[in-house]
Parts: sequence; structure tokens; C-alpha cells
Amino acid sequence: MPTSDGKSVVRFEHVTVSFEGVPALDDVSFDVCQGETRIILGAASSGKTVLLKTALGLVRPDSGSVYLFEQDITHMTERELFDIRSKVGMLFQESALFDSLTIKENVAYPLLNQKSIQCPLEDVDRRVKEALHFVELDQTLARFPSELSGGMRRRAAIARAVVTEPPLVLYDSPTAGLDPITAYTIMALVIKERDVANTTTLIVTHRFQDGLLTANFRYNPESGQLVPAHENGNQTRHLTKFIVMRDAKIVFLGTEAELETVTDPYISKFRRQGGG
Amino acid sequence: MQDFFTLAGRAIRNVFRKPHYSDDIFLQMDYIGVGSMPIVVLTGFFSGAVMALQLARALARWGQQGQVGTAVAITLVRELGPVLTSLMVAGRNASGMASEIGSMKVTEQIDAMRALGTDPIQKLVTPRLIATCVVLPLLTVIADFIGIFGGYAVAAGLLDLNGPRYWQTAWQALQWNDLTQGLLKPFVFAFIIALIGCYYGLRATGGTQGVGRATTQAMVGASVLIFIITFFLTRIFTSQLVSSSSP
Repeated sequence: MPTSDGKSVVRFEHVTVSFEGVPALDDVSFDVCQGETRIILGAASSGKTVLLKTALGLVRPDSGSVYLFEQDITHMTERELFDIRSKVGMLFQESALFDSLTIKENVAYPLLNQKSIQCPLEDVDRRVKEALHFVELDQTLARFPSELSGGMRRRAAIARAVVTEPPLVLYDSPTAGLDPITAYTIMALVIKERDVANTTTLIVTHRFQDGLLTANFRYNPESGQLVPAHENGNQTRHLTKFIVMRDAKIVFLGTEAELETVTDPYISKFRRQGGG
Repeated sequence: MQDFFTLAGRAIRNVFRKPHYSDDIFLQMDYIGVGSMPIVVLTGFFSGAVMALQLARALARWGQQGQVGTAVAITLVRELGPVLTSLMVAGRNASGMASEIGSMKVTEQIDAMRALGTDPIQKLVTPRLIATCVVLPLLTVIADFIGIFGGYAVAAGLLDLNGPRYWQTAWQALQWNDLTQGLLKPFVFAFIIALIGCYYGLRATGGTQGVGRATTQAMVGASVLIFIITFFLTRIFTSQLVSSSSP
């Protein structure tokens, strides 16, 4: 069950990023505390992916400051960033599995290459198997990414993102291009990871349904299923906020209830998509 | 231009910094060195053979057909061996590096590598640079020898020239200066091939079309630079020879 201790995990302060003069993020500011979830909605090219990459230090801001685990990463060198990145798992839009490596090698990669993880070699195998069991891909150890379906690749990429048990996980369009059943399976895994490990979660998506599922459901370890979050005073809903992006700017930041009341046509479009 | 030199600087600096991906270096040496062997051998043999045919005709005007070995050896070792071998490797490997790294770039594997604690320059560029610098001079030596042998096959087999004399004149013609420039050139070209291939790969954007564009740019860029740089290197070596021979 997610809980928050109020410590800032990700903070953007007036961050601006542009590529060849075209703004990708324009004066973006927000804060995410430990255990909280942010659903980042927006049309294509609104800056969602750039926001996640900036949070991880993969893209450097032109101005403003980015804080990760209360450390200013804005001007850190690539080598300094490696340590802090080991506390972050990221699922890339196209999974970004290394296609020359097997699924086992892909999932083992962060354990073997992130210096600050220091996983003993004899534990690597066990942790890889545990991570693949978590995403229900136990039988794919020796297969290559090209031999898996889109949904399986996405699940393997989730296993790679969470194998180091990072306190912060970033998901870039986890359900893009997937059929509804596979998309539900992926979102169930995202929620399971959030609730089992109490991770701080940022989810970029253009599907409002994904946000509704994340805000209103929680993982029940006894049944292994998703159940409505409002039972037993669960605070999932309070810890989940929505960010809506448009033309590189944040145009909405608030809870689901606040989102329901907004009349802006652009924001309402996402709500209608979710059947709200 | 600035990006290219930044990449070159970081790739060279990483040669002396940990971690060293020795498995990747040996893999690339096998791919570039052993993989390029057939085309290098064929190119070397036939360029030596063609030169022997052409030079024998030209030298016959002055009754110097017996000097075919000299002309073939000097031309191959000084110029054609390094340049043709490098062009073959550029065509095969600079484009290969650009397409492989470009595919990784457009599918976000490079970003994933950075996110998972690996410097892509250290992991991808430096091993390719080291491997090319090691194998290209070796391939050139092989191409030179096979080329001289190709010249011998034509001289002895088709032109009925004296075989032992061919080898004798070829061997005597070569000086340290020839060997130095014959080995220095492929070493310099190795930097061009590896860095240009990786540079265009890392710059690739826009899906498969972007990868295709990067591949072409890498091959064309590396080939043109090889021709330009060989001119300047030859100029340096020939001016040294002139200055050392003048009173």
C-alpha cells in the first residue's frame, strides 16, 4: 500500500528545454514526493517524454533546475549522474531492450553495470529470475527481444527497470501500441510494482484510462489482483495527481477530482477518452 | 565539427579510463579484421596485378620492364595499400558502425545504456576505435604483401619476366620511410573510419530513414577524408625526403 513521507524525490524548478530553438519544455515546475504517483497526460509532441528524460538527466535543461532525491542534477557530469540514476528505473517508449543480448542478459545489465548497486555475482541469477517472475516471463531467459511479442518486450523492460529495486520508476508510454488486454496487464504490473515496493512513480501516457486505473486501483497481494483503492481507507487516490501538458507547458496539475471539474476543451478531451 | 572533436577527445580519453570493455574490443577486432580479410585480399591481389600490367607497358618504352617489382612495391606500400585497404574497411565498417549505433540511437538503446550506468562512448566508440587502430595496419600489411604477390603472378605468369628478379627489385626498393608511411597512414585512417562511423551513428535521428542517411554519410565522409588526409601525409613525407636529400 503506497505511503508518503513527504521527502521530495523529483523537483522541477522553472525548467526550460529546447531543441534547435523549438521549446520542448517551457518553464515547467512541479514536485513529486516519496510514494506519490504522477500521471502525465498530453498530446503527441507536448513534451512528456522530454520531461521524463530531463528528470533522469538524459536531457539537460537550458535553464531552471532539476532535483532528484534532493540533489541538484542540473550541472552534474555524466559520471556523477550514474550513481543517482542507479536509484531510478525507467521503462522507455519502445522498451529499448538491447537487441544483441538475451532477455536474461538484458535484465542482468543494471545489476552488472551500475557500480553503486554492487550486486554479488552469485546473486545476479536469482534476482534476474525473481524480476522475470514478477512480470510473469519465467520462460524467456534465453530468448532474444526480437523473438518476443510487443507486450512481452514491454514486460521484460519493466523487469529490467525494477530489478535493482529502485525507489523511483519512470514509465514512458507503457501501453502505447498495445491491445486493451495487454495494456491492462502492463498497467497491472505498474500498479503492482508501485504498491509492493512503495515506489514513487511517474507515468507518461496519452490514455486517460491508464491514469484512472492507477489512481483508483491498488494491488492486493493476497488475491494477486487489482482491487478498488478506496477500500480500507487506502490513500492511493490522494497520492496520485495528474499533470496535463500542452505545447511544452504544464496546463493542469491536480487530483482526479479537480480534473473532473476543468472545462478547458483540451483537458476535457482526455477525460472524455476515459469515459468520464 | 565541434561535436565530432568532442566525441574524438572523449573516445581517446576513455582508452586510458576504466572500465575497459575488452570483450567488445576483441569482438570488433574479429568483425573488422577477420571479417574484412576476404575483400582486402581480393582488392590487394588485383590492384597489384593490374599495376604490374600497366607499369610493365609503361616501363617497356624505356626498356625498364625489369623494374616492375620496384614500381609495384613502392606504389603499393606507400599509397595504394593503405588507401585501398582503408577504403574497403570504410565501406564495410564505417557504414556498419553508423547503422548499428544509429539503430540503437533511434530505438532509445543509447539512452537506456546511459540510464543503466554505462557511458555509450566508453562501451561503443572506444572499443571500435581501438579495434580499428589495431587491425587496419595489419590488414594493410597483408594487402601490401598480397598485392606484391599479385604483381609477381602477372609479371612471371603473363609477362614472362624474371620472377626472382621481381622479388629482388621489390625488396630492394623499399626503404624505412616507405614502411613508416605505409603503416602510419592506416593508423590515422583507422581514427577516421571508427570516429566518423560512430559519430554519424550517434547523431542518427528519424527512424530507419535516419539510420540509412547516417550510414551513407559515414561511408562517404570517411572515404573523402581518407583521400584528403593521404594527400597531406604524403606531402609531409615527400617534403621530408626532399629536405633530407638536399645539400
